[in-house]
Order: sequence, then structure tokens, then C-alpha cells
Amino acid sequence: MSRCRFGTVITASLVVGVLAGCSNTAAQQRESGQLTVFAAASLSAPFTRLAEDFEAANPGTAVRLNVAGSADLAAQILAGAPVDVFASADEANMAKVVDGGLTAGEPRDIATNTLTIAVPKGNPAGITGFADLAGAGVQVVVCAVQVPCGAAAAELEEAAGLRLSPVSEETSVTGVLGKVASGEADAGLVYVTDVLAAGESVQEVPFPEAQQAVNRYPLVQLAGPADADLAAAFVRFIRGAEGQAALEEAGFGAP
Amino acid sequence: MALRIQAELPDRGVDVAFEIGDGETVALLGPNGAGKSTVVSLLAGLVQAENGRAELNGTILFSLSNGKGLSLPAYRRGTSLLAQEALLFPHLSAEENVAFGPRSTGTSRRAARAAARRWLAETDAAAFASKRPGELSGGQAQRVALARALAAEPDLLLLDEPMAALDVETVPVMRRLLKRVLAGRSALIVTHDVLDALTLADRVLVMQEGRIVESGPPAEVLRRPQNPFTASLAGLNLIRGGVSGGRLVTADGLQITVPDAGAAAQAAGALLAAFPPSAVAVRRPGAPGTADPGREVLSVTVTDLEPQGDRIRVRGAGLAADISPAAAAELSLGVGEQAEFLLDTSAVTSYAATAVPG
Amino acid sequence: MPPSSTVPLPRWVLAGAVAGALFLLLPLAAVTAEVNWAEFIPLVTSDASLAALSLSLRTAAASTLLCILLGVPLALVLARTRFPGKRLVRSLVLLPLVLPPVVGGIALLYTFGRQGLLGGTLDLLGIQVAFSTTAVILAQTFVALPFLVLTLEGALRTAGTRYEAVAATLGARPWTVLRRVTVPLVLPGLASGAVLSFARCLGEFGATLAFAGSLQGVTRTLPLEIYLQREADADAAVALSLVLVVVAVAVVGLSYRSAPGRSASTRSAAGRSAPAGAAG
Repeated sequence: MSRCRFGTVITASLVVGVLAGCSNTAAQQRESGQLTVFAAASLSAPFTRLAEDFEAANPGTAVRLNVAGSADLAAQILAGAPVDVFASADEANMAKVVDGGLTAGEPRDIATNTLTIAVPKGNPAGITGFADLAGAGVQVVVCAVQVPCGAAAAELEEAAGLRLSPVSEETSVTGVLGKVASGEADAGLVYVTDVLAAGESVQEVPFPEAQQAVNRYPLVQLAGPADADLAAAFVRFIRGAEGQAALEEAGFGAP
Repeated sequence: MALRIQAELPDRGVDVAFEIGDGETVALLGPNGAGKSTVVSLLAGLVQAENGRAELNGTILFSLSNGKGLSLPAYRRGTSLLAQEALLFPHLSAEENVAFGPRSTGTSRRAARAAARRWLAETDAAAFASKRPGELSGGQAQRVALARALAAEPDLLLLDEPMAALDVETVPVMRRLLKRVLAGRSALIVTHDVLDALTLADRVLVMQEGRIVESGPPAEVLRRPQNPFTASLAGLNLIRGGVSGGRLVTADGLQITVPDAGAAAQAAGALLAAFPPSAVAVRRPGAPGTADPGREVLSVTVTDLEPQGDRIRVRGAGLAADISPAAAAELSLGVGEQAEFLLDTSAVTSYAATAVPG
Repeated sequence: MPPSSTVPLPRWVLAGAVAGALFLLLPLAAVTAEVNWAEFIPLVTSDASLAALSLSLRTAAASTLLCILLGVPLALVLARTRFPGKRLVRSLVLLPLVLPPVVGGIALLYTFGRQGLLGGTLDLLGIQVAFSTTAVILAQTFVALPFLVLTLEGALRTAGTRYEAVAATLGARPWTVLRRVTVPLVLPGLASGAVLSFARCLGEFGATLAFAGSLQGVTRTLPLEIYLQREADADAAVALSLVLVVVAVAVVGLSYRSAPGRSASTRSAAGRSAPAGAAG
């Protein structure tokens, strides 16, 4: 992580110099064919599998996958983290990186995602559609508007002409899922892929309005420390048939 | 009788029984670790006896058998405690400290204040009324603490070495003060100091290894000590033995002639002889000397030499002899050397042993 | 002030101390350096920021009060009584100190949550803890309570029981002893424990996030606001971080001034260090 490197440089040079090892990863990386990929948290499962597949197809290559919120990742990239490929869960954070002039190519969407309603097992509040979320006494949890899933929820409310009164605006999808899974909330707005990844702990209540707010996942090659051809190969791999199949399996829509 | 106590606390090896009369001040003497403070704590309600019973002015303080039974909490016993340290509440002024007892037992603020003033005056501490404990010297603090203990109007005042932590100059002032306030008051005073016993107490109890081994008026106990601790308090040499041919013979084989040995020996099995170290002279073995019938010669090995006031104390065979520094210089004895103690038998008091040997 | 040691410390100790101090201070300096001063006032006075700051101060105050109500009896029992399993109880009481706060939040969820152990009972009483400010206070109290208990228990042990014994022999009932002797004696310890708890409450994040949720003015305290702002507006996050640092420094500074941490057993020291408020 770039924070680590930044902190280490300061600490090492000014204080003790113990942790210096962390700051020359770039050089080591080029020799070993290492590729650093920053991917949005919701891409975690398919990208982990795809990284393994890519390594298997390209012996001698090691993919280091860093998964976090898109805003965090963008901030780290802008702060100078050595990254070769970036996959964002929204266009806003991708735009920040593009504006920072750190890209080595055009960002292109690799997937789409739509919101869905997650309810606790057994759906105790009997939610059947989007309109039910505005019902009296229904405890709805959404993402805060500052994070992509929250922005999508706001867009959806706008499009559907419905005002939700959420009891909590979580900072991440995980927060929403946690509240729903534990039964604290009656319903939460999350991505289709999140409900799939959450498995048994929650149930999905699909609703047609969801199509009015489609979230796009752009991916871009960065001017990172790894061999440009290797990075380009990884980008092609994700955009190719194998990558798309894995994303579809995880619940993502086609770009 | 104000107090009657019988208490057993096997954990601390304490097993005592004694009484304190109405208005009587009793001194509790004994070496370190004898259990004196435990007795005070038992009375104050800070430690619970395993077995026993205590009654103060008709109120049962405790009545216990195997740790079970009745035991009044400390705050209902009417036994104020003044310890070695004043332990004034640091966040209260001297006056507030003294008013603490009356306030705690429901006296109005105004009356408690008046009582505090009165007791501070009684203990010559009125001038410190508004001071914080941190601003007082050790002696001043102890006077305030005495006022505080008295202001609680205890049925029994417990004093646990109240002068042990004071400066040498302050002790006489405090002793005079105690003499005044203890007059006619039921009190138990734990002390190391024989002078406290003589000046303050109507009666002394000597405690050793958790038991009370001697009891009586101070002058009597000190004149005829029954065990080595009391003898050392009284500043006397004490030897114990059987009677054989008009002489006292100790277990170590020491023999001396004692006055009216026959009569004393008839009264009890063992005989005690007490004499002051000043009645013992010292010479090197075999030194020329006249055979004096009034002098008993005892061969000893010197175990210790130490200054004692303006004399030098020579110890050997468990006995002490006080000689002048000049005599000591002339003898130039060292520890471990042989010497002869010459005892002036006219200074010896002999009497029957009554107590269990300490 | 204790006199400084006459034996000098080895130089490497000083070097280590400087390194340690820098390690703690540099990140704070870095945050300060990162502040966008031109926008600072608008950033920290936005509705969201003020709501978060006000919520943080209100909940931290309420939680501190709760910590005192629950922590004082707990500390007294731990310091002044003997019972089997006391060591175990003490370890458990201190557990939130070492537990990741988010674990605490999850535990609270399964205790006070709708589906939790007490959730049904609370529901019957008409108390809704989920997503309420009450939940924030519970989360903060959970993580901050050990600070108060630990500090106060230490103060009680240092003060010892001798003053209490004297008070009892003077006729003071247990409640009088507690009110007029024990509490005044440990007041500096209680104050510093309360301040530490308050500071811990202000900084509480993980348990709140996991247990209470995040809604402006209701459950979104300053740390949660900072975490959220970081997603969208780094300048706002940095500015609010500085506000939190300043509040924390003020609180801790206050505590170290008011709590000399001197033992109450030394007559003279305790006499002078007792705060004026204890006189009444």
C-alpha cells in the first residue's frame, strides 16, 4: 500500500531506518514479473480467481491484488502507489485517476452492476418491491451518497420518484449487508453481486426499477512499475472471454 | 467493668483475655510481632476474631464461634482509634477532621463544629483549626488526630503507639497531653515505651507471642518482671532457675546466691532473680581481686559491647553489665573473649515465677 | 515535581525517546500540513461537520457519565473486596481494551440488537436501540469503561484503606465513608479516568460503525464523518481530523493538569494536591 511506503520513507529516513525494505518494491517487481492490481471491493471474488488463472497462463508472473473501496484505491494511486492496473466500481473515482495523468491507456468498462434489495433470511418485514422500502416502520439501510453504492441508490430514488428515510447511511456495502444479515435492518440496498457473494445470510428481493441506475466498472492500465506488455496482457485477459465469463458468474452485467 | 474481651485469632497466633475497668487506662506492652496491634484491630472491628466474645459497657462487640456469630461493624462499636500516624483526611481542614466523627453520627453541622472547636482547644490545637493536614507538623497533626478521636466520644479510646512516629522533642508534650485527656477515661494504649506505661497507665498488660503473659500495676510489673521482655523494658537483668542449697541454679548452670531463697522457692516451682546492669562489675579472668562474700563471680563469654548512655554495656551469658568507659578502656575486652561478671548480691531481688516463661 | 535524576540516562535511551516522540508526533504534523487552510472554516462548519461534532461531544459526555455510574462501583468492588474468581472478572472487564472495537460492536449487536439477547425484552419496554443515538452511547461506553475502571482501581489501591478504617472507627457508616473519605481521596484518579474515557469515546469508531450505523445527527459521530468524507472529499476529512486531534489534545492536556497522580498516602503531598472542589 502506498500509505505504508509513504509512512516508511518518513519513518525510515527521519527516525530509525528499520523498515526500509518496503520502499524498493518497484525495483524487485520488475525483475520478478510482478503485477500490482487495484480492484474495487465488489470485484474481489472474480478478480482473485482471474488473477490465479492469469498467473497459471503466464508462468513467472505474480499478481498482487489489492482490494478496497474505489475511493481509497484512487487516493492511494494519486498518492503515488506503484500500481499497474486499476478497476474502479464507479466512473467518478476512475475520472480522478485519469485526471491525475497516471494512466497508460483509455479506461474501458468491463462490467456493470445493479442495485437490489437485500433482506434478512425469511424477509421478516415482507418486502416485495422498491416501494415497500418507503413504508412506515420499515428499517432501511443504504450506502452513504459519498460512496458508489450510495450514489446509485440516490439516482434510483430520483428516477423512481421515491424518498427513502434510511435509518443508517453506511460507508460501505459490507456495512449494509452486516446490518441486514444480523436482522437489525429490514432491508438494505446493495449490488446484485454483493447478495450473491453474501451467500445464505441474506435473501434478495429483485425489483424492476433497479435497471434505472446501472453502475459501470471501468478498468485502466496505469503507468506502473511492471512491464507494460504484461499489464496490457492482463487488461486484455479481463476484457476477454475468460474475464467476462468470470464476472458474469459473479453476477455482473455485461458492459 | 467497661470492657471484657476474650478473643482467639489462630491465623495470627493471637489468644487473649483481659478486662479494662471504668475510667481505667491500660497499657499493652510487648515486643514487635507480639500481636498488640491485632488486639487493637479486634476491638476496633477492623479484624474479626475466630472465636471469642467482647463486651463494652454492656454492648456486645462480638460473640463468635469458628468465625460465625455476631460482630458489630466498626462504626457501631464506639471505639475510636488513634494510630502511629495521624491519618488526618487530607482533603479536610483540621476542624472538619475533628467534626467528622460527630457529623457521621448525626450531629448537626453547627453542633459538630462547636464540638470540634472544644476538642481542638482541649488538645492545644485550636490554632490549627483552619489548616489543612499538609500544613501541619507531625506533632500538630497527631494532636488534631487525638482531638478527632476524642470528639467521637468513644466508650473506649484505642491508642496504637500514638507517639512512635513523633520527633523526640514532641513526645513529652504529647505525653503530658495524653496524661491529661486519659484521666478518668477507659483507654487501651499500645506502647514500646516504659515511660508511657509508668506515666499514663493504671495497669499494664505484657503480651508475647499472641498471649498476655503479665498483668498488674506498672510499678509492680516493672519491679518484678516475669519474663525477659518485661525485664528489658524495666532495664533489669532477669534470670530464672530452680533452688538448690539456697542458691538459684539456671538451666545453663549459672548459680547465684539469692536472699530468702527458701521462702521464695516454697511458694512456686521456679525462682526469678532481677538486678540492674549497674550492679554488675566486669574483670578479666584470673585478675587479682579480693574474695568478697557480697559478690558473686560469673564466668562469661562477651557477646556484645555497646554504649548505653554514659556507660558501656557489656553482654554475656544473657546478662548485661554497665561499666564506665574508663573501665572498659582499661579492660579492652573484645567480643568472644572471656570475662568475669561480679554481681553485687545486695542489689538482687528474687521472687517466685508466676507466669508461663516467655 | 519530582527532582530530576542525578544519574544521567544512557544516550541511546534519549535517542530512542526522540524516535518514539517523533513517531507519534510526525503523523499529527503531517495531517496539519495537509490541511487546506483556505477552505478550513467552511469545511469544519458545514452542516454535516457541525452535526457530527455536536453528536460526538454529546454522546461522549453521556457515555462518560454512564462510565462513571457503572465504573465506580466496579472499581470499588475490584479494589476493596475479595471474592473467588476476581482475577478472572478483572481480566474480562479489561477485555474491551484489547478487543478490536468492531468485535465489540458485533457483540453489542447480538446483545442489544433487535435479534439480540436483550432485544426482545427492550422491544417490549418500547426501547429501540438499533440505529439510535443510544446505540452510539452503548458502543462508546463499552469501549471506554475499562479506562475508568483501571484508572480508578489504581487510585483506590494507592489511597489504601487506612483512612477508611479511621473513618469507620469514628462512627461513619459505609456510605458516609465512601462519600466523605474514599471518593474525595481518589477524586484526581476519578477525574483522570473520566477524561480518558471521554477521549476514548470521542475517538470510538469501529464499535459504533458495526453496532449503531451511520446517519447524520443521529449516529454519525465525528470519526464516522471523517471516514465517510474521506471517500468523497479528502480536504474535509483532513480538516475534521485536525478538529478531532485538537479536541483530544485539549481533553488529555486538561486531564494531566488536573490529575497530579500523587499518592494520597503521603500526608503532605495529598493535602496539597487535593482539588479545591473536594473540600465541601
